Amino acid sequence: MSGVALVTGASRGIGAAVAGALAADGFAVAVNYARSVEGAKRVVDDIVSGGGTAIPIQADVSDADQVADMFATVAGEIGAVSVLVNNAGITDDGLLLRMGVDQWDRVIATNLRSVYLCTKAALKPMIRARAGRIISISSVSGVSGNPGHSNYAASKAGIIGFTQSIAKEVGSRGITVNAIAPGFIATDMTDALGDTVAEGVIQQISLGRLGRPEEVASVVRYLASDGASYITGQTLVVDGGLAL
Amino acid sequence: MERAEIESKMRELLVEELGLDADAISMEARFEEDLEVDSLGVVELLMALEDNFGVQIPDEEAESIGTVGQAVDLVEQKLNG
Repeated sequence: MSGVALVTGASRGIGAAVAGALAADGFAVAVNYARSVEGAKRVVDDIVSGGGTAIPIQADVSDADQVADMFATVAGEIGAVSVLVNNAGITDDGLLLRMGVDQWDRVIATNLRSVYLCTKAALKPMIRARAGRIISISSVSGVSGNPGHSNYAASKAGIIGFTQSIAKEVGSRGITVNAIAPGFIATDMTDALGDTVAEGVIQQISLGRLGRPEEVASVVRYLASDGASYITGQTLVVDGGLAL
Repeated sequence: MERAEIESKMRELLVEELGLDADAISMEARFEEDLEVDSLGVVELLMALEDNFGVQIPDEEAESIGTVGQAVDLVEQKLNG
């Protein structure tokens, strides 16, 4: 496998694991981060010391100009992106009656506008190349909802609809577009839940444990591989049997 | 840029970017009906025109392009004012 993968929000958590997994498959990886430069450098160093190719690239993926600059820089340094992984995401939870407009907008911008901006930027060279993979990280919240998650769930459900639409738009050009809906994965994001909530969550998971970032990364790796060439417009749920 | 030059560059782009058969291209040829270019193909053409002629084509003006000749008209108008 060769090509260039861009992973947004790759300085930690699922994104960091995805960057490592794609590098292991031979992709040159652009490790995007918004603020955690140390985290991004660690991810890049791990890849490079393992014999792979990676560069850190700073950009707020909810900002159109920064996204355009990011794609130009990546193309110049390691080549045009052949696999885009839309992973960047934040939470800012609250019950709807207490949710402010800023809180709503910020989550939608980071989680959903970013997917629109990055996918649009990635598609132009993919259409020309008649090949490419777009893989976006949704969430089980976007599939079945969660209290306190209206903004996050809306952004993640938005990714699923977006994925299906773009799969139809660009399928004729050999490009596949898919989403992954992880359940509860052990990351900084789920650490914020607290022990009591986490225990309650684990009781609902068939496999009886939280997932590991690597267990989501392996699915991204599959969707980016030749073996997944006939899968498009799908959302693969990776939740240990939570939503059963 | 002379119109003849725009026409010849347009033919080149249609062959190279959209993979069209050079023999099928005439100034009267309609993109969708005669050349079987789909809606995404028209968008690809617009991107190629913008990149290669250094012009900006807003969506509302793009809608006026039905034939190869009309695409040449639009580029000529953009380039020569």
